[in-house]
Amino acid sequence: MSDQTNNILDEVTKGEYKFGFYTDIENDLAPRGLTEDTIRFISAKKEEPEWMLEFRLKAFRHWQTLEEPEWAHLHHPPIDFQGIIYFAAPKKKPQLSSLDEVDPELLETFDKLGISLDEQKRLAGVAVDAVIDSVSVKTTFQDTLAKHGIIFCSFSEAVKNHPELVKKYMGTVVPYTDNYYAALNSAVFSDGSFCYIPKGVRSPLELSTYFRINAANTGQFERTLIVAEAGGYVSYMEGCTAPMRDENQLHAAIVEIITMDNAEVKYSTVQNWYPGDKQGKGGVYNFVTKRGLCKGNRSKISWTQVETGSSITWKYPSCVLMGDNSIGEFYSVAVTNNFQQADTGTKMIHLGKNTRSTIISKGISAGKSNNSYRGLVKIMPGAINSRNFSQCDSLLLGDKCGAHTFPYIDTRNQSSIVEHEATTSKISEDQLFYCNQRGIDTEKAIGLIVNGYAKEVLNKLPMEFAVEAQKLLSITLEGSVG
Amino acid sequence: MLLNIKNLTVAIEGKEIIKGLNLQVNKGEVHAIMGPNGTGKSTLAAAITGREGYEVTEGEIWYKDQNIIEMDADERANLGIFLSFQYPVEIPGVSMTNFMRTAINAQREYRGLPPMPAGEFLKLMEEKKKLVDIHSKLTNRSVNEGFSGGEKKKNEIFQMALLEPTLAILDETDSGLDIDALRTVAKGVNELRSEENAFVVITHYQRLLEYIVPDFVHVMYDGKIVKSGSKNLALELEDKGYEWLKEQSLV
Ligand SMILES: Nc1ncnc2c1ncn2[C@@H]1O[C@H](COP(=O)(O)OP(=O)(O)OP(=O)(O)O)[C@@H](O)[C@H]1O
Ligand SMILES: [Mg+2]
Repeated sequence: MSDQTNNILDEVTKGEYKFGFYTDIENDLAPRGLTEDTIRFISAKKEEPEWMLEFRLKAFRHWQTLEEPEWAHLHHPPIDFQGIIYFAAPKKKPQLSSLDEVDPELLETFDKLGISLDEQKRLAGVAVDAVIDSVSVKTTFQDTLAKHGIIFCSFSEAVKNHPELVKKYMGTVVPYTDNYYAALNSAVFSDGSFCYIPKGVRSPLELSTYFRINAANTGQFERTLIVAEAGGYVSYMEGCTAPMRDENQLHAAIVEIITMDNAEVKYSTVQNWYPGDKQGKGGVYNFVTKRGLCKGNRSKISWTQVETGSSITWKYPSCVLMGDNSIGEFYSVAVTNNFQQADTGTKMIHLGKNTRSTIISKGISAGKSNNSYRGLVKIMPGAINSRNFSQCDSLLLGDKCGAHTFPYIDTRNQSSIVEHEATTSKISEDQLFYCNQRGIDTEKAIGLIVNGYAKEVLNKLPMEFAVEAQKLLSITLEGSVG
Repeated sequence: MLLNIKNLTVAIEGKEIIKGLNLQVNKGEVHAIMGPNGTGKSTLAAAITGREGYEVTEGEIWYKDQNIIEMDADERANLGIFLSFQYPVEIPGVSMTNFMRTAINAQREYRGLPPMPAGEFLKLMEEKKKLVDIHSKLTNRSVNEGFSGGEKKKNEIFQMALLEPTLAILDETDSGLDIDALRTVAKGVNELRSEENAFVVITHYQRLLEYIVPDFVHVMYDGKIVKSGSKNLALELEDKGYEWLKEQSLV
């Protein structure tokens, strides 16, 4: 690519992070560092039952035996796990019943983020659980959902009000032994969302959780658990942002999904954690374990993600296709700019007969960033007549960034078919000039071209969020054209 | 005068391609530019439309009373300069509708107008589709993606019809068109012709000029216009080729 293309690219990738503000609220903080006492502190703060504390301690003891993993394509200085504050809660402990009891500062924070917690003002058809630092501050539309028998609440509330469900399902899809960060999360997780769709119920609303890191030096460790009973359906969406800071912040979440016979869960993410500045300073380390279990026959789990933020992203939303004829899908757009690193992909584990999975991954790299797709398709002997189709495309903006694809395929029966396609392309000067010549400036042109490239995935997002995601893609690449 | 090019010299990567070219175009006129392959016709179009990498090392390009050589390509487009590309570019995943709405609204914004209402835009699309006889099949697809050579050229004229430029440069829009498509393209151009706009038509074939009748024909050779005349010059070229001009230009 010519110098001149690179110059244009450099210019256009100079966009600023728009959610980097900090809200000055009084916090209830755990002492810095991580010991059994920290865990007892968190559990006590949350007034948890004994079984929950036991679960945490078991996870913590296991975590202590583990080594921090090293990744082939991710680089970061060692994380000081004793330097992190593991619990931060806005002090005016909000009551969850009415908006009037939520700290106005917090409401304003969410308003600024474009997430109104006022049900009157809220987008019709979307219920929101708002999580700031370690706790959920507000869940909207709970009453409407309750009429359908749907439980949608913060994880803490679920532990209090629905212990039998939490005990039955928590850790069954992502056990605390799964990996280093899953163990850490299981020990110190502070809140998150819980969603239960009873038999035969289709949720009349889109459910969503909005995660916000606010306090300094804290980590965010939330977990989400979604259970859809036979014939249930829900579309679930999460969004995330964080203030701009020079130090790195750790986010290590767990999401577990379980679908019974004929049930379907669509899980969409628009991840926009602070990515660090243009020199690569600061930003969120986003180490997340997301996994769905298609337990019932003909059940379906579909992951759609638009990953634009974080200085490092490490996540592989996966599906275990246990029920016969079950379906797993993964649609991903991952954008990296400046010094961001992303290593993301999926695992599709086929166990049941006639199971099907689809993987569409679109990586977009700009600046000096690195973007890797890492995926595993595993078809077990019993998964006869199963199918996978994978397509992994990479788009490069400039010649200082990198794109890598690591597809692992493991097929253990003869009757199954696995297809994999991969492409790498660049935004060409020709395309940009073509747009310019029609009156479209270079920044808009890049937005247009990138959105076109990612269209297949963006189309999978719920309408309300597709528009947001499109804007976000353009903003992330602002100042990066070529 | 709409376009006044004075002693223009253009270099690509340090190599001089246009070597002191003069051209004047008034509103209401159609100019044809002919000339052998590689003499700089497309380079001239790129220089007028402000493509990066085409360095104006000498001379001026005046358009509507301003020298535009320092102006970005998108601004020139917004001032009403349009190029029908010799090789139109594919933009996967971007629908023609979205592309053209973005373009029209960018141009409107430049002129201080609000975005065009969706209904009005769709009506305009329908109207112009008829004008250039282009199928919804094509306009529903991504920009030029998988279009045949001829379809791409028609699509350029379709875009021109939507944007209604003041100065349109058609770079070999006729190449690769079948007879019917050629007539349609010419019809499109002729319907857009007015006292307020002008066309610069780059072509290798006299045939196009039977349909789009030029006021002037220029011959370009080695980065310069070496001969200008009436439409009869095109006939003469068809007959004699370029050899006789090469000899002339050497003197
Ligand atoms: N990007 C470039 N880098 C180097 N040389 C170039 C570049 N673009 C054009 N040229 C050269 O400039 C000269 C003029 O090219 P141009 O495309 O303007 O010719 P043309 O008159 O349009 O020819 P044709 O009739 O074949 O379309 C050619 O010798 C060509 O090789
Ligand atoms: Mg040419």
